[in-house]
Amino acid sequence: MAALIVSIGLNGCKQQGGSAADSNEIIIGEYASLTGTTATFGVSTHNGVLLAIEEANAAGGVNGKKIKLITEDDRSKADEARVVVTKLVTQNKAVAVLGEVASTRSMTAAPVCQQYKVPMVSPSSTNPEVTRKGDYIFRVCFTDDFQAAVVGKFAYDKGYRKAAIFKDMKNDYSVAFADNFAKSFIKQGGKVVGEQSYQEGDTDFKSQLNTLKAAGPDAILCPGYYSEVGTIGRQAREIGLNVPILGGDGWDSPKLVPGAGTALNGCYFSNHRFSRELDLPEVKAFIANFKKKYNEEPDALAALGYDAAGLVVDAMKRAAKLDGPGIRDAIARTEGFKGVTGVITLDKNRNARKEALILRIDGDVFRVEKTYRPEELGQ
Amino acid sequence: MQQIAQQLIYGIQLGSLYALIALGYTMVYGVLRLINFAHGDVYMVGAFVGFYACTRWLPFKDLAVHPEAAGANIALAVVALLLAMAICSAMGVLIERFAYRPLRNGLQKADAHFWGLVLGFPITGLFMPVFNGWGPLVAVVVGVGVGFAMRPLVAWLARRVKLSESRLNALITAIGVSLLLENGGLLVFGANPNFIPNILPERTYMLPGGVMVGSSQLTILGVSLVLMLSLRYIVMYTRPGKAMRAISHDIEAAKLMGIDTDRVIAFTFALGGSLAGAGGAMVAALTHVKITPLFGLLPGLKAFVAAVLGGAGSLPGAMVGGLLMGSAESFVAGSSLSMFRDAIAFCVLIIILLVRPAGLMGRHVPEKV
Repeated sequence: MAALIVSIGLNGCKQQGGSAADSNEIIIGEYASLTGTTATFGVSTHNGVLLAIEEANAAGGVNGKKIKLITEDDRSKADEARVVVTKLVTQNKAVAVLGEVASTRSMTAAPVCQQYKVPMVSPSSTNPEVTRKGDYIFRVCFTDDFQAAVVGKFAYDKGYRKAAIFKDMKNDYSVAFADNFAKSFIKQGGKVVGEQSYQEGDTDFKSQLNTLKAAGPDAILCPGYYSEVGTIGRQAREIGLNVPILGGDGWDSPKLVPGAGTALNGCYFSNHRFSRELDLPEVKAFIANFKKKYNEEPDALAALGYDAAGLVVDAMKRAAKLDGPGIRDAIARTEGFKGVTGVITLDKNRNARKEALILRIDGDVFRVEKTYRPEELGQ
Repeated sequence: MQQIAQQLIYGIQLGSLYALIALGYTMVYGVLRLINFAHGDVYMVGAFVGFYACTRWLPFKDLAVHPEAAGANIALAVVALLLAMAICSAMGVLIERFAYRPLRNGLQKADAHFWGLVLGFPITGLFMPVFNGWGPLVAVVVGVGVGFAMRPLVAWLARRVKLSESRLNALITAIGVSLLLENGGLLVFGANPNFIPNILPERTYMLPGGVMVGSSQLTILGVSLVLMLSLRYIVMYTRPGKAMRAISHDIEAAKLMGIDTDRVIAFTFALGGSLAGAGGAMVAALTHVKITPLFGLLPGLKAFVAAVLGGAGSLPGAMVGGLLMGSAESFVAGSSLSMFRDAIAFCVLIIILLVRPAGLMGRHVPEKV
């Protein structure tokens, strides 16, 4: 009895109060997985967003108004994402919403933004379906069609001819990635020799990996999140499955290597165009500012969060009217926005056309192996 | 053939873990006819104790840097395992004392103190924005203060809501405790995944026929076997074990024979907790899976199914049930139907409930009217 009351209390105690817009403030809402299974995604992104908003305010805000960022934690849960976004747009009266990293959560929150006519910009949800949820939904990153095609081409270029797939069946991102990889890899001339699935939260992957091992692949595609990939890598090595493992931007986390140990050394994953190794002035400036504020290195998700927030602020300055539809139209007209992850031009499907990197895991650093432009894949 | 043998080995490793957890379910069911849903969360606490022991509390050395420290690390790992068992058995006793005993014996003064305190913190948390900037110490002091003020309310509630020894009350309480531990875990440990680094040397042995066995699998299997045999010894040949069996047979008669049932029940929870704690710590340290406050949710549920499959209340049943569940899951996961891996557990449960409700080794006791 008492225990139930307590647990309800615990669930409810992380709420933050928010107030309606006052005339000198513009409210941008952000929902992010600050805690939960993909917490490092949310925290990185949030740090990038916060930096962009602070810089914008320091530079005078939008038309003399300060921007107020209200951030809600969705605890890495899709249902929670819908709840907090509803709160952001109805109670806090946010005129634009930033989020999320995980496609599954972006897709549950997008209909809310669409319904209330508040533009939503996802920094790094790569599932193609996300922006198909409506004309108020945008993203500043590439899509999985492209990312997975890049990994497929890279795998073939690298000399792999037989690939096996190990995907998270409950994750929209992982499933779409696996499908698109298979299409691209087969088109190049490769063969998919095995396919198995797991679920977030599984602890034992050896049975599936053993079946994949029996198929004798040259490489395994594992387009999941860092929280499982490390364990999968360890268990693959444990059962003597020593082929390279390939993945996507879901691997990009400072927790990947602690989880994997040395199991993923020499493996590759595709990522957004951001790396310490890029010799570009805007990248260097961003890294320096980020380090000054947070005393740590930004990852690609932080850079995308920074770009998403920067793009919304830029659109607000150009918007005819500072309300949802006005800002939406301005965002849709974005052309040649100079972000740290590339020059962003939004196409008619509200997606960004950008380059992708292939990174190689080398101890605890990710080195740039190759860069692919959309034109190279005929997209 | 080699594939089948290999999957069987994975299944046995998984199954021995399910069996460890299932034993806790089945023992508690045996003495109280209660499904202790919080048991999976005790397993989670075991994993966290393992995590903190391996990364903070004990001076483990990184094997990649100091390969010569393997022996010392093994000794420390045994300490970590015992620590996890001790803390989890204490948790089991606490849960029994403050959540289930008040339902049996009525709310004592100590219970009101305890629940007042537990309630005090989240209530303070609701007003946390007010305390922001005052520092955590103020929040703790206020939490304790509010908690003490809550005592009369808890006592009043307990008088108003007549706590009776109904099975439904106990079951709902068990679910409540489970939620409390999971959400409390989110508060205390945070929701970020944690990993235990390599602390034990890992080797893989090749068996004839190309079947591979890892040292971590052998360790999990070996430790589980030792624990299960010790449990069997305790239950069959020691005084508290005999008292447990007596209570399981007829609690009223056991009371009349002078058995201190409350103490024996607490002992049962301690035993179950220590097994779950050992399981949690072993899995966390040897398979390097991510550790989160929801770590025990799915394993707990599957172990519960294993306990029902084997026959709730039967110790050999829990072991057999666990091994069957583990193997079934491993074969399904290794086949082309890997997406149905979790579904298999619940299909097994449905079939057992239909065909043999008392479980494989359970006794069917007719209800006395």
